[in-house]
Amino acid sequence: MQAKAAVALPPDTLADDRLTGEDLSHDAALVAAALRRRRLLRVLPWLVFVGMLILWEGVVRLFGIPEFVLPAPTVVGATIWKWWTPILVNAQHTFITTLVGFAFANILGLTLGVLIGSSTYVYHGLYPLLIAFNSIPKVALVPILVIWFGIGTPSAIVTSFLISFFPIAVNVAAGIATVEPELRDVLRALGAKPIKIVRKVGLPRSMPYYFASLKIAITSSFLGSILAETIAGQRGIGHLMIVASSRFEVPLVFAGVVVTAVMSVAMYAVAALIETRTISWATRGQGDNSVTGV
Amino acid sequence: MVEPERPAPSAGATGPAFVEIDRVWMRYGGAGGTLALRNTSLSVAQQEFVAVVGPSGCGKSTLMRLVTGLWPASAGSVKVAGKKVDGPLSIAGMAFQNPTMLPWRSILDNVMLPFEVVEPHPGRLRRERALYEDKCRALLKLVGLDGFEKKNPWQLSGGMQQRASLCRALVHEPALLMLDEPFAALDIFTREDLWSVLQNLWLARLPTVILVTHDLREAVFLADRVLVMTSRPGRIMVERKIDLPRPRTREMTYSPYFQEMVQDLRGHIDRARQDEDVAHAG
Repeated sequence: MQAKAAVALPPDTLADDRLTGEDLSHDAALVAAALRRRRLLRVLPWLVFVGMLILWEGVVRLFGIPEFVLPAPTVVGATIWKWWTPILVNAQHTFITTLVGFAFANILGLTLGVLIGSSTYVYHGLYPLLIAFNSIPKVALVPILVIWFGIGTPSAIVTSFLISFFPIAVNVAAGIATVEPELRDVLRALGAKPIKIVRKVGLPRSMPYYFASLKIAITSSFLGSILAETIAGQRGIGHLMIVASSRFEVPLVFAGVVVTAVMSVAMYAVAALIETRTISWATRGQGDNSVTGV
Repeated sequence: MVEPERPAPSAGATGPAFVEIDRVWMRYGGAGGTLALRNTSLSVAQQEFVAVVGPSGCGKSTLMRLVTGLWPASAGSVKVAGKKVDGPLSIAGMAFQNPTMLPWRSILDNVMLPFEVVEPHPGRLRRERALYEDKCRALLKLVGLDGFEKKNPWQLSGGMQQRASLCRALVHEPALLMLDEPFAALDIFTREDLWSVLQNLWLARLPTVILVTHDLREAVFLADRVLVMTSRPGRIMVERKIDLPRPRTREMTYSPYFQEMVQDLRGHIDRARQDEDVAHAG
């Protein structure tokens, strides 16, 4: 091999490779701007929330809207303060009802999801049925559930469960069904049985889908239990709201709405936290790494 | 550069056939479906390194899946180690164009995967985990990945992931290694590095290898024997024995013998593609 004469770069193009003070200060300014932007983004939801409350309060006072039509936020706040004990007791009841329903939804959702995702037969046999079931308005089911389980907590648990297992099942199934064919081939060529393929690849792969579905499922779960409580409950926030509304105690109804929203958002946050903690591989560790690296 | 006169016998000695494909037909999707393989026969000796090349869509990957028993053939017989293949083999290691690492596992745990599946390792794994891990570490070191054992796959470059993928395919010392265009997605420099890595792995263990590729230089560099397939429906058209000593070096790729071999194969591929055009015109 005869080496060709290499053409050297003129030395001055290589000499100036250090950053000047001007470059550094420019860089610092960019970093500071990015930081300001991120701070703004973090407080933005709270700013919008507070702004909305002020607008609401203003509109109610300006037009003199009566309390039984639309109570002002301050009135709702005062009502929560006044009825603190009954609200807390009922909220706790709804919370536990929801969690029990949600737990059952997780068990059935995961099981169904794994079966549907890993077997073509189960998929074809069951999936259309599941879709049909999911499109039934669950309100229509509550009277039937009351006949089966009686008025009260069991019906609420079942409603909460029925409304929230579907997103879990569908998501887990999607996670397992979309395993890369090559990956499956690698395991099959090693002699892995289907159950092992599901355990080693399918299940871990479906975890991001599962946790994403939890965020949807937990809010639907609250929806289900409160729905059942308003139709056929003896306790719970839903029951409290329906009783209050029948007495035209509208501020108390709004108090119920606020408490429900707080519980729901809190549980959503818990689900989101679990998600980021357990499956950092799916976000490639970017959960604690901003684009700017600050 | 001196052209090798009568080169030393290659490490992959010819012996009794280890993989035997006998008049195999493969049609996808029933009677009216695509015919992928037509009356294809080939045999690979134990410890032989065979490369299969051909125009794209000629059924190379189909051949791989038939040999490993992932798909059943429409007609004909596939035998591996003297036994008829009627389901997925458990003695094969596979690597693909895509490294297919499990993103939730570290590199080390990815390479450990075969031990969790292939008998008799799963039963021993709990007691002798350290031993198995050492085995994986040693192999990762051989391909230059020491220090990356605890990293996640996405923290590695494509070439490094492909090295790990090769380790995973080989770690349980399979008798048969199936490689489906393992370096096709890599840049040329990384690719040529990995040719040597693969050659070293092969020389260390001497498994029977079937490499599917469309890179003729890769085929000539690595294989004892190169098979050229016709376009779909595929058949083995030409077979070339590569008489280059082992271990092969990059310098050999500049030799006239190497160049002639590549040109010769290239000519056959062109002919296969022209046949296809004629077939389509008619």
